[in-house]
Amino acid sequence: MIQAITEVMDQKLAEDPRVMLLGEDIGVNGGVFRATDGLVEKYGEDRVVDTPLAESGIVGTSIGLAMNGKIPIVEIQFLAFIYPAFEQVVSHAARMRYRSRGQFEVPMVIRTPYGAGIRGPELHSESVESFFAHTPGLKVVVPGSPYDAKGLLVSAIEDRDPVIFLEPTKLYRAFKEEVPEELYRVPLGKAKVVKEGTDLTIFSWGAMLREAVNAASKLEKEKGMSCEVVDLRTLYPLDRDTIIESVKKTGRAVVVHEAHKTAGLGGEVISLINDEALIYLKAPVKRITGFDVPVPMFSVEEDYMPTLERVKRGIEETVNF
Amino acid sequence: MAMKSSELQKAGSWESEVFQVLNPEGKLLSELGGEIDEELMIKMYENMQFVRAFDRKSVILQRQGRIGTYAPFEGQEASQAGSAMALSDMDWMFPTYRDHAAAMIHGQEMYRVFLYWMAHMDGTTCTEGKKILPPSVPIATQLLHAVGTGWASKLDGDKDVSIAYFGDGASSEGDFHEALNFAGVFKTPTIFFCQNNGYAISVPFEKQSASRTIAQRAAAYDINGVRIDGNDIFAVYLTVKEAVERARRGEGPTLIEAVTFRYGAHTTADDPKKYRNQEEVSKEWRDNRDPLTRLNKFLTENGLWDETKEAELLSKVNAKIDEELKRAENYPKSHALQMFDHVYAETPWHIAEQREELKKYLAKDGDES
Repeated sequence: MIQAITEVMDQKLAEDPRVMLLGEDIGVNGGVFRATDGLVEKYGEDRVVDTPLAESGIVGTSIGLAMNGKIPIVEIQFLAFIYPAFEQVVSHAARMRYRSRGQFEVPMVIRTPYGAGIRGPELHSESVESFFAHTPGLKVVVPGSPYDAKGLLVSAIEDRDPVIFLEPTKLYRAFKEEVPEELYRVPLGKAKVVKEGTDLTIFSWGAMLREAVNAASKLEKEKGMSCEVVDLRTLYPLDRDTIIESVKKTGRAVVVHEAHKTAGLGGEVISLINDEALIYLKAPVKRITGFDVPVPMFSVEEDYMPTLERVKRGIEETVNF
Repeated sequence: MAMKSSELQKAGSWESEVFQVLNPEGKLLSELGGEIDEELMIKMYENMQFVRAFDRKSVILQRQGRIGTYAPFEGQEASQAGSAMALSDMDWMFPTYRDHAAAMIHGQEMYRVFLYWMAHMDGTTCTEGKKILPPSVPIATQLLHAVGTGWASKLDGDKDVSIAYFGDGASSEGDFHEALNFAGVFKTPTIFFCQNNGYAISVPFEKQSASRTIAQRAAAYDINGVRIDGNDIFAVYLTVKEAVERARRGEGPTLIEAVTFRYGAHTTADDPKKYRNQEEVSKEWRDNRDPLTRLNKFLTENGLWDETKEAELLSKVNAKIDEELKRAENYPKSHALQMFDHVYAETPWHIAEQREELKKYLAKDGDES
């Protein structure tokens, strides 16, 4: 996945002179995950910028750059390091169009690795997508495969609104997938049915997708259950139609996410289902999520996240309700 | 690759502009005036050897997979040990993830530091009764806390001071500026101890800021600012001691910029060869400015140290490290249910329920809980 992301930035830098990359250690070091490897050598320090160590500074100046004709692609090293920039993201990037009644806009992308499962130190494993999905004016995108990473990032860069692009660190080097060389687009706001099924729908995104798909195929083999897996891909705004259509077909659903349960997006998905498809439900929709505790030290992070077993059990409980 | 001019300049030019007592050749540049006696000098050397051996051991442990990603501090021993030795037991310390040397000299038990890098749930605790905070992972945020603890002590008429550790990169964060300003306004007994090791991961200081020094930022907030040779433990100790005394007397905060160098990587997950001429620069510092070498020279020339003592010290140090490592490795393993403890003073219903849920689940899995 990381190669797909690098490729998009490379191609976009080549294609569009307005595109700039900004972040900490993204120059000669190529970024802490090497997403920008080789790009400063190719495009120079004016376009691939090693910034001072100041996240609010990076995002705040990128807002100015974006309003004045540039397309900044910001890298924040880890999602939990974005907090100093929270005000810039929430009070300014998200609201500039609104406050200026459309006179100014902030076409920028904030890329940031997120999620647990890589034995990261403290505060390197958070999954706080809800903060941003609670902020009108932002779009929140999470790719679940290398193919989608490329197509979604292209769309995010071309989008006229600020996009929070969350990259699941666990998937960076998790699997190989052939990705077309040329630029292509995967539309924002569209979920993807990863696997079709008839008994239950698993809604998920990011690194948890693998647990979802594994649980679905195991339960199919072991218990003959047919699970549909939907990758939401864009968390804000949600793809209501795909969610509702799938629930109408299967009549049961679970949401799997590694973010905390309380005020996690699972609750929002369930609310949508209640609003639009309650009468199709044969069982309550279950949330299988990270617990409501700070993401713990990595010695116990596996138990913090929904494990394959927990996902399987949640599905079985829902099917056998 | 030839050494970059900026690196050469960096390595060569700063010495004329810093407070230095013991030069790299091990010569005293000024009288110590009885402030550092022979016993203390030897203790300084022993402490530096102790933390260096710990650091080297940790890098090996990471390679062996016995601890997780580790942030080495080799090269910065004088800054960390010297500053911590100038504190009193009662003083508050706010270290970062690279300041375990300072923490240990201030009384943090080594096995806890090992637990931290093993990602044990108890790895963020400090020795009972100490005021050493868990290492700060976000950058510069702890500076404000050190202003707050100092502020409270001042309001209560207590005599303890607070010291916050941070690096050159942290001087770019807003919290750094807010902390200096608050400390100036409220005249808090806070010591801002910056180890300028030249690099924030890969970004050299000259790209970090157009300011020539970090110490000069103190002027903007009208607080005391000093720039010192961070590899000269005498200079570090005397400067911090003076700042501590000023703070205790109610004379407010001090910003100290200790110029030093990290010999190794930012963390074991980093490769410094990507962004600097690692071999050459590291060797340059190691050969010509090493904090241990210069004190060793001085002590040896003054008849206070010899090879026998060195060998005895190293074997003592290594035995202590092995003992603490054993203590950490024999410490009861983290249990998943520990993640639910201490979220709040009193556990709310939903966390209690989730704890039960995981407990039942683990029991089914055959895990004893």
